[in-house]
Amino acid sequence: MDVEQQDKILGVLGEKYGDQVLHAGMVYDFFTVTLKKDKIVEIIRELYHHPAMQFQYLTTLCGIHYPELEQIAIMYQLHNLHTNVRVRLKIYLPVASPTVPTLTPVFASANWMERETYDFYGVIFEGHPNLKRILNVDEMIIFPMRKEYPLEDQVRQDKNDSMFGR
Amino acid sequence: MEVKETTDQFYQEEEKQYSYLNLGPTHPATHGIFQNVLKMDGEVIIDATPTIGYIHRAFEKLAERRPFYQITPITDRLNYCSAPINNIGWHMTVEKLLKVEIPKRVQYLRVIIMELARITDHLICNAVIGVDTGALTGFVYMFQQRELVYEIYEEICGARLTSNVGRIGGFERDFSAKAWEKIDRFLKEFPVVLKEFESLLKRNRIFIDRTVGVGGITAEKALNYSFSGPNLRAAGVDYDVRVALPYSSYQDFDFIIPIGKNGDVYDRFMVRQEEMWQSLKIIRQAIDKLPEGPFHADVPDFYLPPKEEVYNNMEALIYHFKIVMGETDVPKGEVYHAVEGGNGELGFYLISDGGRTPFRLHFRRPCFIFYQAYPEMIKGSMLSDAILTMSSMNVIAGELDS
Repeated sequence: MDVEQQDKILGVLGEKYGDQVLHAGMVYDFFTVTLKKDKIVEIIRELYHHPAMQFQYLTTLCGIHYPELEQIAIMYQLHNLHTNVRVRLKIYLPVASPTVPTLTPVFASANWMERETYDFYGVIFEGHPNLKRILNVDEMIIFPMRKEYPLEDQVRQDKNDSMFGR
Repeated sequence: MEVKETTDQFYQEEEKQYSYLNLGPTHPATHGIFQNVLKMDGEVIIDATPTIGYIHRAFEKLAERRPFYQITPITDRLNYCSAPINNIGWHMTVEKLLKVEIPKRVQYLRVIIMELARITDHLICNAVIGVDTGALTGFVYMFQQRELVYEIYEEICGARLTSNVGRIGGFERDFSAKAWEKIDRFLKEFPVVLKEFESLLKRNRIFIDRTVGVGGITAEKALNYSFSGPNLRAAGVDYDVRVALPYSSYQDFDFIIPIGKNGDVYDRFMVRQEEMWQSLKIIRQAIDKLPEGPFHADVPDFYLPPKEEVYNNMEALIYHFKIVMGETDVPKGEVYHAVEGGNGELGFYLISDGGRTPFRLHFRRPCFIFYQAYPEMIKGSMLSDAILTMSSMNVIAGELDS
């Protein structure tokens, strides 16, 4: 994406939410904006309705756990189908209480994506109509995609993985 | 607003009028493991509650412990009707991370495979729509053609359903003469069958009565539900990743994006049907324009050297060892790559922290995203139409549950 379009997006964000932008730049071929978590839904709504932006397609949404930062990031990817511009928004939540307002009033498709993120990372989406586990069993007591839960049973003695890194 | 009395008596009387039907998880008409609890008034569906996750296999977690080349077999099992698209999409994601230049010949060969895969995907979906309306003949007829494509896969990579085709950087070998022969045979035989299949259903009175105006969705709704692929195009939005964000030299080919109008079962059927014709067109162009050159890129850190070299050449042996033991260096980075899968935008969101495995890998699975609109699409319709709606959306359980 060229610099002009990046400036345009940052300009629109700067009008009302200038203090919310923490970092912006190209990550490989994708324009990524890191934001503060407080007004994320308002910002997405602004990008949806602003006549120059019209990001009206939610490509995907997912969680990322950074154990060293003790944070869980939520990544939103929006797409403007008219001008074919894409943007990625990222927010960071503390792992102790990951809470963020739901995006379902803006995008109906956020419903299951948020349920999936809750299922795997334990992120609470406030105001979500049906925040239940979606792929895992309801009885599960952990959030399995968090890094502290290893894939294999760690008490196994018969496997030696020291040669293969993590 | 009138406040209804919510006493036990009221609920009992209201619920008396409805019956509940448990459709699935292993109902033969759902073509996969889906459960829907349908609230029904006679034969009309009032509400549906889908439950998914019956074949969840934790791919995203598994991927965090696997080296990049071992993730390819996982992607096979997402949309198993068009596994090569998933494989190649994953290879391209890694190549984007590594910033590898891919030779033109590889890109064209990939296009051929991916379009063949798209044909098999759409072919199954359309044949099954036929079955659900009562036309079993077309199904059997079309499946013979799918067999021909699977034989092509077999010739190229040795496998059929879960193809694991190619390597990071290209293919493990060039297409053999036998493979080209089989592709030629398919290109000659398939259009005839497709034409016959189309004329069997396209203007068929029973088929039209069963499909037109059934399971429709408007373009606005479809976009709000993040539909993609044929289901979105049937609603009238011309979004195709192959055109919007061309990958693997799709910009070199001349093809059109068919779109529908009403987003109903008939439009979805026709969009898929036309896409098969377009895929054939793309394959022919790719074969005609196929450039000479190597069949893999120069990525010694990821592409296994030929066995002959490994036994006789010190450097090749070192690379072989490094790849197999997972000792190669990977740049740190965050990439998203999307391909037009059988069902829509199939995205791979990969975060690498420099380790031998991904730090995080997220699949944007089109089925998972558009299946949530299913209850809304079948509300107010008959039970038999709900079956048809599901098969025409081409919901693949593997992709849905990851």
